[in-house]
Amino acid sequence: MGLSARAPRWGAPGLLLAIALHPALCTPASASLPPARRDYCVLGAGPAGLQMAYFLQRARRDYAVFERAARPGSFFTRFPRHRKLISINKRYTGKANAEFNLRHDWNSLLSHDPGLLFRHYSGAYFPDASDMVRYLGDFADRLGLHVLYNTTVEHITLDKDRQAWNGHYFILTDHKGQVYQCSVLFVATGLSLPNQVDFPGSEYVEGYESVSVDPKDFVGQNVLILGRGNSAFETAENILGVTNFVHMLSRSRVRLSWATHYVGDLRAINNGLLDTYQLKSLDGLLESDLTDLAIVKDRQGKFHVTLKLFLEETNQSADAIPLPQDDNDNFAMRVAYDRVIRCLGWNFNFSIFNKSLRLSSGGEFSKKYPLVRPSYESKGSRGLFVLGTASHSVDYRKSAGGFIHGFRYTARAVHRLLEWRHHGVAWPSTECPITQLTASIIRRVNEASGLYQMFGVLADIVLLKENATAFEYLEEFPMQMLAQLETVTGRQARHGLFVINMEYGRNFSGPDKDVFFYDRSVGHTEDAWQSNFLHPVIYYYRHLPTEQEVRFRPADWPLPRPTAIHHIVEDFLTDWTAPLGHILPLRRFLENCLDTDLRSFYAESCFFFALTRQKLPPFCQHGYLRTQGLVGTERLRQHRVASGLLRTSPAAGRRPGEGRRQPGHPKPTRHFLTPGPPGQPHDSNKEEL
Amino acid sequence: MKEKKLMMSSSFNVFGVGISFVVMCILCNSAIDSLPELSPQKYFSTLQPGKASLAYFCHSDSSGTTVFLEELNKAVKPLQDYGISVAKVNCVKEETSRYCGKEKDLMKAYLFRSNILLREFPTDALFDVNAIVAHVLFALLFNEVKYITTWEDLQNIDNALKGKANIVFSYVRAIGTPEHRAIMEAAFVYGNTYQFVLTTEIAVLESIGTEDIEYAHLYFFHCKAVLDLTQQCKRTLMAQSLTTLNIHQFIKTMEAPLLTEVAEDPQQVSTVHLQLGLPLVFLVSQQATHEADRRTAEWVAWRLLGKAGVLLLLRDSLEESIPQHANVAFKREEGRRVEYLVLHDIDSVISHVENNMHVEQIQHEDDDLEEPDMDMQDDEVEETVYRDRKRQLPLELIVELTEETFNTTVMTSDSIVLFYAGWQAVSMAFMQSYIDVAIKLKGMSSMLLTRINCADWSYVCIKQNVTEFPVIKMYKDGKNPVYYAGMLGTKDLLKFIYLNRISCPVIIPSVQEAEEYLSGELYKDLLSYSSVSVLGLFSPTMTTEKEYFTEAGSYLKGCVIIAIYSEEDVLILSNRYAVSLPALLLVRHKEGKIEAVPLANTHTQDIVQIITDASLETFPEITVETLPTYLRLQKPLLILFSDGSISIQYRKAVLMLIKEKHLDSFTPCWLNLQNTPVGKEILQSYFDVLPPLPLLVLVDLHSGGHVFAFPADQAVTEQNLLLWLKKLEAGLESHIKLWRGKRFQDILVRSSAQRCQDGIMVASATWCLEGSRT
Repeated sequence: MGLSARAPRWGAPGLLLAIALHPALCTPASASLPPARRDYCVLGAGPAGLQMAYFLQRARRDYAVFERAARPGSFFTRFPRHRKLISINKRYTGKANAEFNLRHDWNSLLSHDPGLLFRHYSGAYFPDASDMVRYLGDFADRLGLHVLYNTTVEHITLDKDRQAWNGHYFILTDHKGQVYQCSVLFVATGLSLPNQVDFPGSEYVEGYESVSVDPKDFVGQNVLILGRGNSAFETAENILGVTNFVHMLSRSRVRLSWATHYVGDLRAINNGLLDTYQLKSLDGLLESDLTDLAIVKDRQGKFHVTLKLFLEETNQSADAIPLPQDDNDNFAMRVAYDRVIRCLGWNFNFSIFNKSLRLSSGGEFSKKYPLVRPSYESKGSRGLFVLGTASHSVDYRKSAGGFIHGFRYTARAVHRLLEWRHHGVAWPSTECPITQLTASIIRRVNEASGLYQMFGVLADIVLLKENATAFEYLEEFPMQMLAQLETVTGRQARHGLFVINMEYGRNFSGPDKDVFFYDRSVGHTEDAWQSNFLHPVIYYYRHLPTEQEVRFRPADWPLPRPTAIHHIVEDFLTDWTAPLGHILPLRRFLENCLDTDLRSFYAESCFFFALTRQKLPPFCQHGYLRTQGLVGTERLRQHRVASGLLRTSPAAGRRPGEGRRQPGHPKPTRHFLTPGPPGQPHDSNKEEL
Repeated sequence: MKEKKLMMSSSFNVFGVGISFVVMCILCNSAIDSLPELSPQKYFSTLQPGKASLAYFCHSDSSGTTVFLEELNKAVKPLQDYGISVAKVNCVKEETSRYCGKEKDLMKAYLFRSNILLREFPTDALFDVNAIVAHVLFALLFNEVKYITTWEDLQNIDNALKGKANIVFSYVRAIGTPEHRAIMEAAFVYGNTYQFVLTTEIAVLESIGTEDIEYAHLYFFHCKAVLDLTQQCKRTLMAQSLTTLNIHQFIKTMEAPLLTEVAEDPQQVSTVHLQLGLPLVFLVSQQATHEADRRTAEWVAWRLLGKAGVLLLLRDSLEESIPQHANVAFKREEGRRVEYLVLHDIDSVISHVENNMHVEQIQHEDDDLEEPDMDMQDDEVEETVYRDRKRQLPLELIVELTEETFNTTVMTSDSIVLFYAGWQAVSMAFMQSYIDVAIKLKGMSSMLLTRINCADWSYVCIKQNVTEFPVIKMYKDGKNPVYYAGMLGTKDLLKFIYLNRISCPVIIPSVQEAEEYLSGELYKDLLSYSSVSVLGLFSPTMTTEKEYFTEAGSYLKGCVIIAIYSEEDVLILSNRYAVSLPALLLVRHKEGKIEAVPLANTHTQDIVQIITDASLETFPEITVETLPTYLRLQKPLLILFSDGSISIQYRKAVLMLIKEKHLDSFTPCWLNLQNTPVGKEILQSYFDVLPPLPLLVLVDLHSGGHVFAFPADQAVTEQNLLLWLKKLEAGLESHIKLWRGKRFQDILVRSSAQRCQDGIMVASATWCLEGSRT
C-alpha cells in the first residue's frame, strides 16, 4: 500500500506541536525575507511531484518543487522496508509499441526521453527500492527540473487577493522562514504518517517503519502481525522461515489483488503465508476489530491477546487479567507472542495546512486521504491540487490512482486542465474525418496505457462535429468531470460524444469472488457484454450528461446511462484488432449511433455511387471525391467479386421481415442491462449455464 | 450445382407427359454449353419434334448487342438443363428468313417447340440471364403457372381447387427478376403436383393481408384438405428469400406430414426436416393427456410449418428415460445431441425454435441476398484484405522503418514513407499497390520506398503528425516532407514519383532549352504522366510574380510538369508567343497546341486554378481515376457509354457541339466499358436492363438525380443532339429519377439492421438503453 507514498515524518510532531512552533519560527523570518513568487508550487519531489514538474517544465511554466530531503524520492530510501518494490518492471512484451509497453511498466514516469524508462535502471521484475531512488534522481537531473532540496515547508496559509488566479495565494513558509507566494499549489507529499490504532497495550507494539528487518532477530519466536496489507505480508514473508509461526490479525478478510483487480490489495508475490496457513495450519489469519483488543505483557515479557472489555471490567494486576481462553479454552490466540508488529498502512499528514485551506480528510472509506474532487482539486480551496498517492481517494480500491503507474496519468490530466484554466491552451485533441473513427478507437484501445492503467477514471472522449462528418479525439480525460467537459477543456461537445473506457466485468472483481470459475471469459461478439477481463467499453451520448446525471448515475456505473453502449469482447491477448471479432461489431455500433455508413470502399465502388446516388458514403466523400480513392489491385478486385458483396442498393436483396425483426424475438431480453441489484443479471446467467 | 442435381432428380418423378424430352436432351446436349451460331436454314434443320428451342436472329454486322449476347450465352447452360436449346442465327444475305426482320437493329428472339413458333421476345425483355430463363420457362409452362391480376382471379382458383390440390401462390415485383426465375424453375418440377399462381400486382398481395410488399413473396395455400367450400385455405408464408433451393426446401416441408407421433428415442428419430437443415421439435406427451397434447402439437406444427418438424413423443411407451420435467425436446441437426427443455407455453416453444433456427441459417445459407447478419462482413475493403490474408506479400521490396531508423533514413535519402497500421484494412489494401509500385520501380529509381507500421511505432507517427491511416509522404533533400494527395493506387503514385524526379518548377537556363521543353523533347519520358506542360515566363525583376508562380509549382508538385524561364532574353519567348510578361505557356503535347496566358496580378491560388483547369480535357474519357476531377465542375455529365472506343462520327458530333459552345453547361465525356467495367452496373442501375450501346446519357447529379437517355432510334448527329438538348431544357423529355427522398438510407440498412426497437438494440454486444424498457 505504501509503495508510492513518500516524505516520511516518523516521530512526526503532533498537530499541536507543529502549530505551537510556527509563530516562533516564521514571524521574525518573514519580516526579513521578501516572499518569492511562483505560479505553481509543488510540494514534494517524489514520483508525483516530479511528474507534475516535468509537465510544467515542458509547458515552460513558472514553478518550483519543494523537497525536504537532499534528493528526490526520499520515501524510497527507507520504504518498503524489505526493499522489494511490488510494481512490475516488465522489460519484454514482444511489442515495439512504446505506449503499449507502458501498460506493463509500473515504475517509469512519463517523459519524452526514452532513456528515462525504468527498465534502464533495473533488470529485476520486482525491482529494488534503491533503484527507484536512483531513477527519480536521474529524472530530476536529466530533465533539469527545478527542485529546491533541503527545503521543509512547515506551514501553509491562504492569502485572499482578488488579483490572484484563484482569488487567493498560497503562502508557504519553509524551515528557514523563507516565504513563497504561489498561485497554484500541488500537494504531492504522499502518505507519510504510519497508521496507528489505539488500544490498551498498544505501547508494546512495534511499527512496520521501525521493526527489525533482520530475520535473525525473529528466530524461534511467536509473532503476531496486525494488518493484512502488502506491508504486513511483506514483513511476514521475511521471517516466515525462522519464526515458530506468524499470526496475522486484521479487521476484515484478506483481499487478494487477483480477485479484486486492485493492485493495492495483497499481491501474489507476498502471499507465502497463505500457503502455509491453508496447507498445514502453520501460520494463520484472523479477523477481529483491532480497537476491541488489548495486549497484556506477562512476567516473561510475552504478550497475551485479550479483549478491551475484560480490562475495563477488572482492575487487577497483569497476572490476574482475564483472558478469553479462561472461558473458551480453544480460543485461537491463546498462545503467548514474543512480538507484536503493526503494519497498518499510512495516513496523509494534514499538520502543515492551515485551517483556512479547509483541506479535510476524505470520506468514510478513505479517511487517510485528503478530500478532493474528480479533478483532483481540493474541495476546500480552489487552486489546491492533490497529486500522487495522496490523491487516491478518487479511485481508492478501484483503480491505480494511488500508484506511480496510475498517477503519472492523472498528473498529466491535471496539468491539461490547468493549461486551459490559466493559459487558454485547450485540452489537446486531434481532429479527423468521421471515416477514421473506428480506426482511431481501435488504435487507442490497443495501445493506450493511460486508459489501461487508469480504467474507470480516465477515459478517451470523442467529440462529434456537426452532422457527424468529423470528430475531435481527446485522450485520458477524468471521466467524472464529463458534465463540465466544455468548461474545463475548452472543447465543444454540441453534437454528441463517445466515451471510451476500460472495464472489468461488473461482478467479476471482489475479495470473495472466484475469478477462476469455468466460463469466466467469453469469445463470441454477442456475449461481449458479459466480458469479465479488462476490455474496452464505449458509451454514446447524444448530449453531454449534466452534473446531476453524473452524480445520480446508477450504482456501480462509471457513467450515467448512455444512449447506447458497446462492449468490445475481451481478448486473451488484449489485442483488439480482429476484423470480425472486434472491428466489425464496433463499426456497426458506431454506424448505428451516428446513422452513417462507416464502411470503406474501393474507388470503383465510389465511382458507381458517384453516378448513381445522391449522397456518397463518407469514405467516398472524404477520399474518392478528393481524388484520394483507394484503387486496389487486380487481385483484390477478384476477391471482391468472389466475395459477392453487391454494390447495388442492398434493399434489392432484402426480403420481408428483414431489418424489422419479428416482435417477440426473445434474444435481446437477456442482453438488456439493468442497473438493478448488482450481481443479478450475472449470477442468474451463471446458473443457467 | 448440388441443388441443380437435386432438382433434376425430382423432375423424373413429377413430369411425365408434357416435357418428357427433358431426359433425352440432357443426355444429348449436355456437352454443349456455348452459344452455337447457325444459318437460318441450318437452324431450322436442327429443330427436333417436341423439343423447345430459343433462337436469336441477328445480322452478322449489327452492333450494340454484345451485352445481350453475353447474357444469352450465360443462359445456354441453365436452359439446356430444362431441355431447351439455344442458338444464335445469323441472317446472311443469301438466305433470308422471315424471322430476320427488316430493321437492322431491331432483332428479336423466338421460342419454338418442334418447329412451331410459341412466342417472340424483344431483346430488351431478355435483359439478363435470369430474365431469359424466366421468360422461356414462363412461356413453356403456360398452363402450369397461372398468371393473375386481380383478387377475384385468385379467389376463383382457390375455390376451384378446394379439396383437390394445393396452391403455390407468389408475388414478384416484375417478370424476369431472379425471383421470378426461381419460381419458374420450381414450377418446372412441381407444376404437375401443385397449381402455381403468379402475380405482379401489389393489390393482390395486399388483399391477402401482407404488409411488407416491397419484396417477392411465396405462399403455400393448403386447399387440398379443405372440404367445406366456405372455409378458407390455410396459408403458409415462406420466410426465406425466393431462391430455387429455398422454394424446393419449402415445398418439401409442405409435403411432409404436419405432425408425427413417435415412441422412440428422439436421438434416433430422423425426418425430411433434418435433411433439409431444419430442426425437430418433440413435444412430450403422456397417455393421460394425449388428446390435449395432440391438439397443442398440431397448433404448434401449424405455426412452425416450414421452419421445423414437429413430433409428438409418447413418454409412456418410451424405453429410454428422458429428464423428469422436460416437456420439449429439441434436435437441432442430425448427429447433434437432443436438448431437453422445460417451456411453459407455446410461444416460448416457437420462439426457442425461431431463435435457434436463426443461427442455423447463417451456417447453412451463404446466399448473399440473405438477411444481413451481424457477423457478416459488409465492408468490401475489410473483406478482400481478409480473404487475402494468407498470402505472403513480398514486403521485402519495401524498407521497413523503425523508431531508430526513421530519422536517419528520411534525412539521408530521398524516400517515400507509407505510414500504416498493420491491422487496418485500407492500409493493407493499399500496401498491395505500393508493392506493385516497388516492383515497377525496382532498380529504376533513386527513390527509396519505405513503410512504418504505426501500430508498432506510434510515437514516430504522432511526431510526424500522422493521425489517419494510410498516409504517404515524400521526404526529399532533407526538406519538409510532401504529402501525397493522389489516388491510392499504383498508377497515380508512380506518376507522382516520376514527376518528382524533376523539381517543380524546373528552372530553364536558355531559350534553346525552353524551346526543347515546349516541344516536349526535354522531358520526353515524363510526358505521358502530365497532360500539359507549363512554362512560366518572367523578366528577372519580377520577384513577387515569380514567387507566386514558384509557390503554385510546389503546390502542384508531382501532378504536372512545370518550368520557369526568367533570363534577360525572356522577351524572345514572349514575342514569339505574342504574350506580355508575366505569362505562362500551356503546352498540350497530344494536340500539339501551345496556349499563352498572361499572368499580371495573378496570385498563387489563381495560377494553380489556371493550370488545373488546363489539365482538363474537353471531351475526356471518364474513368474511375478521372471522374472526381470532372465532378468538381458541378455540371451535369453528358456521358456517351460505349463498349470499346467511340466512333469518329460520335466524336465529331460532340466536338462540334462543344466548339459551338452548346455544351458549356455540361461536362461532355465518354465511358469505355472495356476500361471501366463498372459502367455496366451503372447502366443497369439506370435502366434495370442493359440498353444497346453506344448510348448517350445525361446524368444530372446535382439537381435531383435525373437521368435522360438519348433516344436509341435516332442517329447521333449534331442536329439530333441539339434538338434533344433543347427538349431537355424545355422539360419535354422524360427522365429516370435516381433517388427519391431517403434513398441513401438504403445503403445503411445493411449495416444497421439492428437498430433500436422498443428500447432494445438488437445488436450483439450492443444495447440501446433508451426507451421504455428497463
